[in-house]
Amino acid sequence: MAADERKGSGMRITIDQDVCIGAGQCALTAPAVFDQDDDGFGLVRPGREDGAGDPLVREAARACPVQAITITDD
Amino acid sequence: MTEAISYFQDRTCPYHPPSAYQPLREAGPLTQVTFYDGRKVWAVTGHAEARALLSDPRLSADRQNPAFPIPFERFAAIRRVRTPLIGVDDPEHNTQRRMLIPSFSVKRTAALRPEIQLIVDELIDRMLEQGPPAELVSAFALPVPSMVICALLGVPYADHEFFEEESRRILRGRSAEEAEDARAKLEEYFAGLIADKEKRPGDGLLDELIEDRLRAGALEHDELVRLAMILLVAGHETTANMISLGVFTLLEHPEQLAQLKSEESLMPTAVEELLRFLSIADGLLRVAKEDIEVGGQLIRADDGVLFPASLINRDENTYPAPDRLDFGRSARHHVAFGFGIHQCLGQNLARAELEIALRSLFTRIPDLRLAVPAAEIPFKPGDTLQGMIELPLAW
Repeated sequence: MAADERKGSGMRITIDQDVCIGAGQCALTAPAVFDQDDDGFGLVRPGREDGAGDPLVREAARACPVQAITITDD
Repeated sequence: MTEAISYFQDRTCPYHPPSAYQPLREAGPLTQVTFYDGRKVWAVTGHAEARALLSDPRLSADRQNPAFPIPFERFAAIRRVRTPLIGVDDPEHNTQRRMLIPSFSVKRTAALRPEIQLIVDELIDRMLEQGPPAELVSAFALPVPSMVICALLGVPYADHEFFEEESRRILRGRSAEEAEDARAKLEEYFAGLIADKEKRPGDGLLDELIEDRLRAGALEHDELVRLAMILLVAGHETTANMISLGVFTLLEHPEQLAQLKSEESLMPTAVEELLRFLSIADGLLRVAKEDIEVGGQLIRADDGVLFPASLINRDENTYPAPDRLDFGRSARHHVAFGFGIHQCLGQNLARAELEIALRSLFTRIPDLRLAVPAAEIPFKPGDTLQGMIELPLAW
């Protein structure tokens, strides 16, 4: 796949809320893509599951203390 | 390396790791150090290795494990009681943490900012009324987090002299007996407070836990008492050290302080860098449950593992020119709050307190300065918590 086709739509982000410890690192690092629900667990903002081209998404995944964030590239 | 370096040693400068630890940084990422009792413990100084190990379930935080390393003789009693949250592994830890997560979320913490600002402003008002000199630890650095955690938990601040003193005796008492006595006194205090709250509920986190968990049988009375103790002690001692040492460090780095004063939006980045640079919680411990191969070394089952945050956060492979305080760098991924399942629950509260405290202090008292030469100001000896003992300031 060419790089330009991959841009935006090729990435898929998920958070395992069973693993999440609510540290809030994702929401602090890439607030355009990540948020916390009312109980304090991390979530991907609806419609931003492809990362919305935010360069901080991978930083946010790396900042997660329990590796609850999975990024898959098609 | 021939002789294992003895640990813990005193810092020679309050904001730098002891120069005696320099060989550990050079020999890393894992080397052995000697504790007070002659025990050899692995010291992890590599940033990548520390993050991998702190999230490795083969390392245990269970302080009741007879192989758990004891850093000081006065902590010898920690094996006697089960310490919730920080001293247990999953799944027990997970159940306890999940009860608390909603109260420490980014949003709940942000909602506390106006209240923190009010507390900070009133304390600065008082400092200004009384005029210089002021002793910052007792006038500001300790009261700010102490008042904030009291409000959050629903603990009466009127009791602060009692619990601050008992916390100090737990953390820095002279003997195991003293630490044990202080722990018993705090337990008795919280047992009484929780009994009172069961009759007359307030609106703090402890009241929520009584209502939602204790009454439902999801939490034991003793467990709630110990949880309350941990939250109170961890909630004020740590941030107090960051505020006092943070102010001292900024006053000793006039260039960086001027930069911070002229660029208000820099504050969150500056707080992260101060957290990295100061690493006041300097000596997390774990015990290995199985053999683990890492960084070219073999950690064997029952080996003790030490995480000196001040060395990990100055790994030059991660942070170029690590011994320089630099608000131009991203200090992201530091381990000042730990890493893995036990990463600090109150970290976002701490960030909010630090941002508000530092910003308000230097905005309202712009010509703040040390009241005596830096070399005369006492700071804490080598320990798991570092910070200033006193900080005399003038303006």
